[in-house]
Amino acid sequence: MSESKGLLKSHIVKKYWMAFTGLFLMLFLTGHLAGNLQLFLTGYEGQLQFNEYAVFMTTNPAVKLLSYVTYISILFHAIDGIVISMANRKARPDGYAYSKPGKNSPWSSRNMGILGTIILVYIVVHMQNFWYEYKFGKTEFMMSEDGLSPLLQDGTIAEGATVTSTGNVMLAGENIGVAMKDLYTIVMEGFANPILVVFYVLAMIAMGFHLIHGFQSAFQSIGLRNKKYSPAIIKIGYAFAVIVPLLFAIIPVYLFIMAA
Amino acid sequence: MSAAKKLNLTLKVWRQKNGNAKGSLETYPLKDISPDSSFLEMLDILNSELINKGDSPVSFDHDCREGICGSCSLYINGEPHGPSRLVTTCQLHMRSFEDGETIYIEPFRAKAFPVIKDLMVDRSAFDRIQHAGGYISVNTSGNTQDANAIPIEKEDADEAFYSAACIGCGACVAACKNASASLFVAAKVSQYALLPQGKIEAKDRVLNMVKQAEKEGFGPCSNTGACEVECPKGISIENIARMNREFLSASISK
Ligand code: HEM
Ligand code: SF4
Ligand code: FES
Repeated sequence: MSESKGLLKSHIVKKYWMAFTGLFLMLFLTGHLAGNLQLFLTGYEGQLQFNEYAVFMTTNPAVKLLSYVTYISILFHAIDGIVISMANRKARPDGYAYSKPGKNSPWSSRNMGILGTIILVYIVVHMQNFWYEYKFGKTEFMMSEDGLSPLLQDGTIAEGATVTSTGNVMLAGENIGVAMKDLYTIVMEGFANPILVVFYVLAMIAMGFHLIHGFQSAFQSIGLRNKKYSPAIIKIGYAFAVIVPLLFAIIPVYLFIMAA
Repeated sequence: MSAAKKLNLTLKVWRQKNGNAKGSLETYPLKDISPDSSFLEMLDILNSELINKGDSPVSFDHDCREGICGSCSLYINGEPHGPSRLVTTCQLHMRSFEDGETIYIEPFRAKAFPVIKDLMVDRSAFDRIQHAGGYISVNTSGNTQDANAIPIEKEDADEAFYSAACIGCGACVAACKNASASLFVAAKVSQYALLPQGKIEAKDRVLNMVKQAEKEGFGPCSNTGACEVECPKGISIENIARMNREFLSASISK
C-alpha cells in the first residue's frame, strides 16, 4: 500500500543502509587494524609474518568474499552518503544570515559529508599505495635471511631457486610454485616518505571525527536508542573513534621514525 | 524591588515584503527596553515605533504568548526561540540579553516553510503531515467509550504524554542543518504508537506521515541532535529512533 516502500526510496531506509554499511565498515576497520599491528614486529621474523599474512589475505576464499562485501559497502556507503548530503542541502535553499549551530550540535555531526569525502580520497590513495602495488606493481620478492633464496607463498625457503619476473619460483628449470611478495618492504619504503605519513595521519583524524558521530548515529538510525543502552553505546563509540584511528595513525609515524 | 537597568539594543531584523520579494536584514536601534518585557513585547514596542513613523510594522507569528500554542517562532541570535533552553520565543525575556547587544532576528528557514512576510513563515506543511495520519479513527456516534476504561501501563502513558507535549512550532526544523522534520513527525507518531488506541493504525500512520514529510520537502535526519536541544518542549530524539523502528517494521509488513 505504501509508496515509500522500496530499497532506497525513503530517507529513513537510506539511513538504515548508511548505518548498516557503516557498522560493517567499523568491523572491517577492527580486523584491518589487527592485521596492521603486525607491522610493529621488526626484523626478519616480522617481515616474514607480515608477508605471510598478506598471502593469507589475498588467497583465502573467506577473506576474498569479505573483501568484496567491504568494497560494495564502501561504494554503497559513499554513494548513499552523497545522495543524502544532496537531499540535506536541498531542504534549505536559503540559509540563515546569522547562525550558531555549535550551540546545539557537535561539529562532526554537521560535517559527515566532508569527513567522508576525505576518507574516500584517502581510500583511493591507500589502495594505490599498497593494494595496487602488491597486485600489479613491480613488487620485490621476499628473500631468505641470507638474501640468497626466494620464499614460496607458504613460507618455505626454496634454496638455490630463482624467481621469474612474473613471480614463478624456478628450481633446475622447473616451476615449483609462486614466490612470496615482499609487501613489508613496500610499506617500510612507503612510510619513509614524510608527506605520505602526514597524509595518513590527517586522514585518520578525519576518520576519528567521522566515527565520533558515526558510531552512535548508526545505532540511532536503526532505532536503537533508549535510556538503558544509549549511555553505554555513546561511551563505547567515543572510545572506538579515538582508539582505532589513533592506532592506525601511530603505525606510519612509528615506521617513519624507525626508518630515519 | 528596584527597577532593573533598561536595555539599549540594535536589532537586525529580516524584512521581506512577500514570498516572491527579495528580503534583507534591516537595522533598527531600540532604546529603554525593560529586561522584564518578553521578546514579543519588545517587538511590539518596535512595531509601535515603526507605525508612529509611518513605516510598515514587522510581521511575526504569535497567539497564546504562554508557550502552549506553537504559533511563535523566530531564529534569534542564531538559534530558534533564542538562546534559552526549553522556552518558546513568547516566553523568552529580555533579561536574557545584555545592554548594548546586537540581536539578529530571522524567520525559520526551510524549503517546506516558505516566507509569507518578514518573520512569518507558512508552516501548514505540519498540518498536512498531521492529516496524513496523526489521528485515530473512532466512531463518535453517541456511545463513545471513556478513554480511561482501557488500562495503560503508567510508563507508556507518561512517555506518550511527553511526546504529545509537542506544540508543532517547527523549531526542530529551523535548528536542523537539513531542515528535517524528524523530531516533529516522530513525536506525533510516538504519541499514538505508545497507546493501545493508536496501535491499530500504527503502520499506515508512520508510513503516511513520513511520506508526507518527504513530499513537503523536509530533509533526511543526520542525527545531529540539534532539534532536541532547541525544542521548547524537550522532545527527545528517542522518539526518532522509535519512528525509525516503526517505519522499518511497517515497510516490511505492509
Ligand atoms: C571505513 C570507512 C567508513 C566508516 C567506518 C564509516 C562509518 C560511518 C557510520 C557508522 C556512519 C553513521 C551512519 C548513520 O548516521 O546512520 C556514517 C555516516 C556517514 N558517512 Fe561514513 N564511513 C566510512 C566512510 C565514508 C565515506 C568514504 C564516505 C563518502 C562520502 C562517507 C560518508 C558518510 C556520510 C555523508 C554520513 C552521514 C550521512 C547523514 O547525513 O546522515 N563515509 N559513516
Ligand atoms: S518537536 Fe519540539 S521543536 Fe519540533 S515542532 Fe514539536 S515542540 Fe516544536
Ligand atoms: S505564542 Fe503560543 S507558544 Fe508562543
